[in-house]
Amino acid sequence: MSKAKRQLLKHRYHQAVWQEPLMYELGSPGERGILPPVLEKEIREAVGDVVSLVPPGMIRKEPPRLPEVAQPQVVRHYIRLSQETSGYDTSNDIARGTSTMKYSPKINERLANVPEILDLHPLQDESTVQGILEIIYKLGECLKEISGMDAFTCQPPSGSWGVFTNARMLRAYQEERGLGLDKKDEIITTIFSHPCCHAVSAVAGYKLVTLYPDETGFPNLTNLQAAVSERTAGMILGCPDDNGIYNPHVEAFCDTVHAVGGLCVLDQANANGVLGVCRAREAGFDMVHFNLHKTFSSPHGMAGPGSGPAGCTKELEKYLPVPMVAFDGKRYFLDYNRPHSIGKVSSFYGNVQVVLRAYCWIMSLGADGLRTVAETAVLNNKYLSKRLLSEVRGLAMGYPQNDKRLHEIRYSWERLKNETGVDTWSLFRRMADYGIGGYFASHEPWVVPEPMTPEPTETFSKDDIDEFAEIVKQVAEEAYSDPHFVKAAPHKRAVHLTDDDRLHHFTQLATTARAWYRKHRQSRGEKR
Amino acid sequence: MSEAKKPTVHPYIPNSAPQTSAEMLDFVGAKSVDELFTAIPESLRINGKLDLPPPFASECELKRHVSGLLRKNVSCEEYVSFLGGGVAHHHVPAVCDELISRAEFLTSYLGNVWIDHGRFQVLWEFQSLIGDLLEMDVVGEPTYCGSSAAYSALLLASRVAGRKQALVPRNISRDRLALIKEVCRAQLDITEVAYDQRTGLLDLGDLEAKISDQTAVVYFENPTYLGSIEPRGNEIAKIAHENGALCAVSVNPISLGLLETPRNYGADIVCGEMQPLGIHMQYGGGMGGFLAVPDEERFIAEYPFRLFGRTDTVVEGELGFGVGNYEHTSYVRRDLARDFIGTNASLFAVAVGAYLSLMGPQGMREVGETIVGRTHYAVRQLASIEGIRIPLEATPFMEFVVNFDQTGNSVREINKRLLDRRIFGGKDISNEFPELGQSALYCVTEVTTKENIDSLVDALREIVA
Repeated sequence: MSKAKRQLLKHRYHQAVWQEPLMYELGSPGERGILPPVLEKEIREAVGDVVSLVPPGMIRKEPPRLPEVAQPQVVRHYIRLSQETSGYDTSNDIARGTSTMKYSPKINERLANVPEILDLHPLQDESTVQGILEIIYKLGECLKEISGMDAFTCQPPSGSWGVFTNARMLRAYQEERGLGLDKKDEIITTIFSHPCCHAVSAVAGYKLVTLYPDETGFPNLTNLQAAVSERTAGMILGCPDDNGIYNPHVEAFCDTVHAVGGLCVLDQANANGVLGVCRAREAGFDMVHFNLHKTFSSPHGMAGPGSGPAGCTKELEKYLPVPMVAFDGKRYFLDYNRPHSIGKVSSFYGNVQVVLRAYCWIMSLGADGLRTVAETAVLNNKYLSKRLLSEVRGLAMGYPQNDKRLHEIRYSWERLKNETGVDTWSLFRRMADYGIGGYFASHEPWVVPEPMTPEPTETFSKDDIDEFAEIVKQVAEEAYSDPHFVKAAPHKRAVHLTDDDRLHHFTQLATTARAWYRKHRQSRGEKR
Repeated sequence: MSEAKKPTVHPYIPNSAPQTSAEMLDFVGAKSVDELFTAIPESLRINGKLDLPPPFASECELKRHVSGLLRKNVSCEEYVSFLGGGVAHHHVPAVCDELISRAEFLTSYLGNVWIDHGRFQVLWEFQSLIGDLLEMDVVGEPTYCGSSAAYSALLLASRVAGRKQALVPRNISRDRLALIKEVCRAQLDITEVAYDQRTGLLDLGDLEAKISDQTAVVYFENPTYLGSIEPRGNEIAKIAHENGALCAVSVNPISLGLLETPRNYGADIVCGEMQPLGIHMQYGGGMGGFLAVPDEERFIAEYPFRLFGRTDTVVEGELGFGVGNYEHTSYVRRDLARDFIGTNASLFAVAVGAYLSLMGPQGMREVGETIVGRTHYAVRQLASIEGIRIPLEATPFMEFVVNFDQTGNSVREINKRLLDRRIFGGKDISNEFPELGQSALYCVTEVTTKENIDSLVDALREIVA
């Protein structure tokens, strides 16, 4: 490994540091970045002074205080800021677990950025959008097969919306049986499920019952049996979860919830370890959703646009949102004639650019390729864990009794923290000095102490994984030898340790330039 | 499901190369990859393989297949569109397209400022630019769309006011109203307020009748969904405030170089859809919402999305950024959350920020004038056609209702015949607003030329003759 270490660890890495000023400091009065079309002379003559057409009092008195910057400087500003941003394409992004960071194929970007998708209005006549309707329909067909479900909607615009769609379908099902929130008002979930499983259920009106794992890393059946009751409307959880653990009792879980009349919803935002290996349907779930911006390769885009298609069994199909994209054997159409539907879950039909990319990705891989995705992701994770656990000082796996992990593992730096005083965030900041992308510790609350959750998806090479393992090892050694240096990191990024206290006092917090200048101008002598 | 899988070496999967996977299996002490899946009960594991269409092994074939599907679409660059109703065909500067396709932005995600100083600055500048456009001090990250910003505004207002009723006018989109009602169902009582069918504007008498000490918020849109400019914002806000309620306004941001910002007629909360500001329609996928509130603790404490803030660093003079309210978001609050956020529409913060920076105050003023001028021209020309009426008297900004009752044709028939002439007619609202008869909502933007409008008028003259 010493050879690999010499090759892989980038001691001389440094992020670009442009010291880029705010856009407001660029340009000069009178500069223009783009010229919009002006009113034709004939129209101006026909309608007269435009200002006189608008009701008095509705004309803006003070022009907005936007920057005045010519085009080259606007472009350079953003390009520089892009160079101070770590995307998958530039960084080793293994540390950003649970997010399924993977390569987003360039051909899919090309195909998703043509006028025939960019410049479609959602209310165009169906005859002029047959191509995109076909793509939405066919992606739904693929997702049905991948999950085992009978029907899918691609409308939810994010993962949280995918879960919310299913929570609303669950409520509609119970209400139709006279089991509204007055009778069935509880949803069971697990602490290692994504926080949105809690949040969207709460917004839908439910109380949450949260199961904690035992020493195996997953909640046991006894806990579930104690939690279910006549008030249980359903169960919403992730499996495998953030620990990469597949609950071996999942079928019994679903049976237990079904026995009290509840429905079972699987959050499969991250399905990377199970594609082509197992399906929500056989495990007993009634509903499922996927994140196309995770498992299905659409880029994360700084946090969206994403897509969270939701699927269900035949029995629940009637509740799916309107419109459904349907096919009558000749043409694709938007089916609004669905009297039991929960209604819409986005303004139109979801984020179709994301849908298109996912369709391209599946059509590039096929059934064998999808299985290879899961196999490689799981092998990559196993390989990484073996290296980390045998070579890195102060690191352990959360729930060490359970080594049957799929796509990711939540590790703990508890021992290193106790021995050096260096916490997981400091380690992350120092890893950033070696060029990693993001780093995911854990969702809140932290159940595994001082957590770190890397996820070596299938698009990382063995070298990428080895590089990451070397970085982790190096930084852990540094924590033992020079803890202050690690705590003071980052040293080689575009920014240093920030004063976060100001951000947490509302009198000091400035979310806009306006607020900043109002609150802090005098003490800084800054001018606007 | 059919026969077992064959080994696949795929270009997106480096370790699918047999030598590498064998080496790695050896390292982890497994004979085959199947051993790694024993955590999944055998009865649940797929025996065989998924029944999916055969893949396109080469990129060339994939491109041919998908391009072939996309060619079945007709874009608004090809036909002339008069469609609005939530999104519309606007000019997207090439700079916006270029910047959001930058891999560094496109392939980044959530995370901390230490790795993504640039992304944090982009998001803070986005908030600042929207803040300046609205003259509002607190703006957060983008949310899903204008309709989601609207329900979030109502939920937030309810928490701030400690009341449960939201008054929402009937002149908003049925789809938006349904979404608001559905999301807010467990928390709010959504009460509809009538609109004046003569103007399309909120019925102030009905507002006075419905408002009470239970009302948390009065919501309205400006311009309205039906296109009218609401000149009585001050009066509506006054009625809300006199009853201890807040006033929330959803605004079309492309109007704000020309039209007054809601804050200056009394709005407490301002939200809207940012698609007009440099985002392609994408068949309705190109949407993002913004939500602005006053700089007061009671609003900030209830703000449901991440608020990026500016701060200092340990290095003198270095710009720093961070998130101010993460603990208030659904990521941390879980079952205590009363709204939720996750992956939203953050990439569009790049496009919108670049758009507002390029346009500047002058560009925003000019685009507003062009839109109003062309819209009024279109209204006049259409009104001159026998049988066609412009039923609402209020001044339009970018959209307006066109009524075809006296032509004897349905909107559906007319739009079909316009389509034959490569024109997308206005949105059919005859089911959405039956009281307005056979009416369509027409939209004219800065990309709609006089020639486009004249060709529509010529076509309609022929069709209704």
